Amino acid sequence: MGRTFILITGRSTPQGRTIHLGKDAKEYVDVVSALEMNEADMAGLGLGDGDAVRLASRHGHAVLRCKKGNLPPGLVFAAYGAFVNALIGPDTQGTGMPDSKGIEIEVEKHAGH
Amino acid sequence: MQVTKGVTCPFCGVTCDDLEIHVEDGQIREVKNACVLGRDTFLHHLKGLATPRIDGKPASVDACIDAAADILARARYPLIYGLDSTELHAQRKAIELADLIGANIDHTSSICHAPSLQAVQTVGLPTCTMGEVKNRADLVIFWGCNPAEAHPRHATRFSVTPKGMFTPQGRKDRTIIHVDVRKTPSTRMADAFIQIKPHSDYEIFSVLTALVKGHDLDLSEVGGVPMEEWRRLVSLMKDADYGILHWGMGLTMTRGKYLNIVAALRLCQELHRFTKFQGAPLRGHGNVVGMAQVLTWQTGFPFAVNLSRGYPRFNPGEFSVADLLARGEVDAALVIGADAVGNVPKQAAEHIKSIPLICVDPKESETTRVAKIVIPAAQAAVAAAGVAYRMDHIPLPMKKVVDSPYPSDREILDRIIAGVSARRPELVRRMRPAASAGA
Repeated sequence: MGRTFILITGRSTPQGRTIHLGKDAKEYVDVVSALEMNEADMAGLGLGDGDAVRLASRHGHAVLRCKKGNLPPGLVFAAYGAFVNALIGPDTQGTGMPDSKGIEIEVEKHAGH
Repeated sequence: MQVTKGVTCPFCGVTCDDLEIHVEDGQIREVKNACVLGRDTFLHHLKGLATPRIDGKPASVDACIDAAADILARARYPLIYGLDSTELHAQRKAIELADLIGANIDHTSSICHAPSLQAVQTVGLPTCTMGEVKNRADLVIFWGCNPAEAHPRHATRFSVTPKGMFTPQGRKDRTIIHVDVRKTPSTRMADAFIQIKPHSDYEIFSVLTALVKGHDLDLSEVGGVPMEEWRRLVSLMKDADYGILHWGMGLTMTRGKYLNIVAALRLCQELHRFTKFQGAPLRGHGNVVGMAQVLTWQTGFPFAVNLSRGYPRFNPGEFSVADLLARGEVDAALVIGADAVGNVPKQAAEHIKSIPLICVDPKESETTRVAKIVIPAAQAAVAAAGVAYRMDHIPLPMKKVVDSPYPSDREILDRIIAGVSARRPELVRRMRPAASAGA
């Protein structure tokens, strides 16, 4: 059973560096497919570093790998990229800007790998 | 070994212009003075390069440009997008092309700091250059931004450690506050970190403004933070000789969008009753400000501009990239130096994949992978010279440090304009009736 979290997407230094290697480069894909979580939240979902997690929002779903991060409980972080874009809806409330931060998502351990 | 000094970096909006690049046999061997992001921009300039192709098959650049002109000459409601990673003259050419074919033109700011631009249109911008931040600011607030990771040299060149005219002791003369929903590497630069709840920024700015105005509010906490802490922050702000509020996408991408920044700027304006207090967004790409500048001086508007009626119209939500694509309105797209497919919401990405898509980019991306036409370009500030605007609106020259086998964005756009003009002379007559009559 999954739990509800708030997803923040954003830049990170590893993302900014590896993007120059190309978007197909393993180093870049590793960075943008990682989900940072609070340690206690990971334990609560029975997750360990590197486990696959399924994220679902009202707009789509994605499978990422989780890792321990310096985050408050209930908040998760992923670097901008095609993986998390699947979770972002197209509504901009007339501003042009999609809701790219503060997205409500369900996180659960992914059955496959 | 060829050494070029005073090179401008195109990666982020700090647009550092003091890099030293060493080139040997056409390859960049050493980069001095840059941060890790800037160094990798130059050192890896040959990694993941795009190749010219049409429908996935190798083609000459000439054939690609010709095919692109063909698509754009026939398009009824095209989109021109990207542009923040290129130089000013290419940006001007893109606007000229948009005017010629009656396109929508938008840039990556649209899904980045466009809400900041909308806020400035609403309440104005009390601001300053980063030179003033360095020389004067004794209170620096980073709100919903992470310069340690996104703008690594901002702190050492301008906002945290450098010694300035009225900040002779550098770091010791400044108080640094970090406000965010989570700790980041930027937190380590700060004297104090205030952790707030997601989506509470507008409420907090409103409360801070009320406190600055002298209203005491009967609240125990706002945004998950005790009122006492906000009262201390207001005292710090009022007592500062020169304050600066830097914000990032923690404000632009969350609930409230531009209204968050309206509230932030109103706070800065209110603080001017007591001291100098400026606001400045930390901008992403090397020339993101340039595109807003040139688009504003040519059309009157900074992003999300539609030219289909022969005069510019501005309407975020209607002519902005995410909305145009998600509603499936545009029938062809030209993307210059941006990964549209990789950066817009999935539903918008699905539409751009379904229409004739032309991508001009030095490197392969998720957009080049699905584009009908891929035109590789010489990378601006690496293999093509030009002009960039730093995040505080200061124009800086971009140098060319290596050669590229491919034309610059400017040249590609110029040749597409020529190709469209040859196919649709009536469009040229519409734009320049007097010149056509004279000829």
